[in-house]
Amino acid sequence: MRKLLRTIFLVDLFEGLWVTFRSQHPKKIVTEQYPMHRPKVAERYRGAPRLNINPENGETLCISCDLCALACPEKLIVVGWVRNPETKRKDLVNFTFDTSRCMFCGLCEDACPVDALELTQDFELASYTREGQIWDRQMLEEGPRPTQYKS
Amino acid sequence: MAQTFLDSTELVLNMGPQHPSTHGVLRVIVKLDGEKVLGTECVIGYLHRGVEKIAENRTYQMFAPYVDRMDYVAAISNGLGYCLAVEKLVSAEAPPRAQVVRVILTELNRIASHLLWLGTHALDVGAITPLFYTMREREYALNIFEQYCGARLTTHAFRIGGLQYEVYEDMEKDVLDFCRMFAPKIDEYEELLSGNRIWMERLINVGILNAEDCKAYGVTGPMLRAAGVNWDIRKAMPYSGYDKYDFEVPVRENGDTYDRYIVRMLEMRQSVRILEQAARGIPEGPIMAKVPKVLKPPVGEAYVSIEAPKGELGYFIVSDGSVQPYRLRVRPPSFVNLQALDKMARGSLVADLVAIIGTIDIVLGEVDR
Repeated sequence: MRKLLRTIFLVDLFEGLWVTFRSQHPKKIVTEQYPMHRPKVAERYRGAPRLNINPENGETLCISCDLCALACPEKLIVVGWVRNPETKRKDLVNFTFDTSRCMFCGLCEDACPVDALELTQDFELASYTREGQIWDRQMLEEGPRPTQYKS
Repeated sequence: MAQTFLDSTELVLNMGPQHPSTHGVLRVIVKLDGEKVLGTECVIGYLHRGVEKIAENRTYQMFAPYVDRMDYVAAISNGLGYCLAVEKLVSAEAPPRAQVVRVILTELNRIASHLLWLGTHALDVGAITPLFYTMREREYALNIFEQYCGARLTTHAFRIGGLQYEVYEDMEKDVLDFCRMFAPKIDEYEELLSGNRIWMERLINVGILNAEDCKAYGVTGPMLRAAGVNWDIRKAMPYSGYDKYDFEVPVRENGDTYDRYIVRMLEMRQSVRILEQAARGIPEGPIMAKVPKVLKPPVGEAYVSIEAPKGELGYFIVSDGSVQPYRLRVRPPSFVNLQALDKMARGSLVADLVAIIGTIDIVLGEVDR
């Protein structure tokens, strides 16, 4: 009798629907609307490399010490510099970073004595060409600019 | 066997390298008599990258990220084994705080690895649901890794002599939350599988490997313990302060596929126990021992083995006094355990072969290196 009533009033159906509705709470939605909303990655995430510039005068923080290039297991960093005859310091001319071979281990970041080279939270590193994966100084300072979609 | 087509009973077939239940690029040449497996032969090397050779051309610190790429499901255990081996070579020891954090991360990684194994193994045997459940819980562990060291899979979490990163703000809370959340989830998996009729029929008395054979083949890890041998390197040769934690080593008797499943489930419960103890007692102090930046170990050799999720993971390093290892040899658990496949698979059915490959818990990155 009880079973019959359960069947007539579709109790099982509503129990099942209750599970579905319970998961509709905005806090519980796990699906990410990716290109519209980018997921927030952890603060320490090791993503796209960036060459930091001094926000006050716009000059690079890099002192061309070559330590990142020496620390890199894949030897993909090339630091180009010339000696400035007036200040006797090394001036950074070029900095290439081959992201196609990078394994984002973070050793270059650890080696940098002035926090100039940093692995950031940007994770969109795709490129149409192999050459596009080799980032030069300008690209490293500006960071990747993925297309922004509006929902 | 010279027979006509219709009479021929023996067949030699390839299973893999693209077969979904060979978990990567394992190729098994199977000799069949109808449904019965007469013999198997593994063809490996499709994922060979020459990791041991790479080690000879990198400094000790530089090689650390590469070991993550062998057993990529349990990258943190690989990193721990390598760091311990180099630390033994240079006679350094990680400070207590670093050791506890190492234990937390390796145990989380053990759970993550077992969860991935459970999901895919169940998928091979025919239960699709557990995969989604295990992946859901694995995500919590991976999130902790991501917040701790910035990567989810190939983590490069440890450095020689300790840790690079200090624990993040809520790490203890996150780990304890994970323990609280995860313990009932194991019951949930057991409810789905342990008493399930199909699961039991497919696993019990399939792929039996007894203790003598295990020892003869050098099989370690949950496979050895399922055969009744109480051998866990965390207990037998404690490293990284494992002797301070209160946990048991699950052992079963029969050595069949079902027992290996049970052993791994119990191991996850024990990992939760270790995690709770470790997360409550992270001592204060430095996280990095005094290790020179240019590491030149004295001439000599060192072998360190740890209990990785899949078995005994050993690193043998020979130093010639320079900045690079003279030779580095890895003793991967998956590679050794895989050699017992033929022994287990002989006389079983083709469908069981899938279950047997699944139960070894291989990662082809580690088999081929």
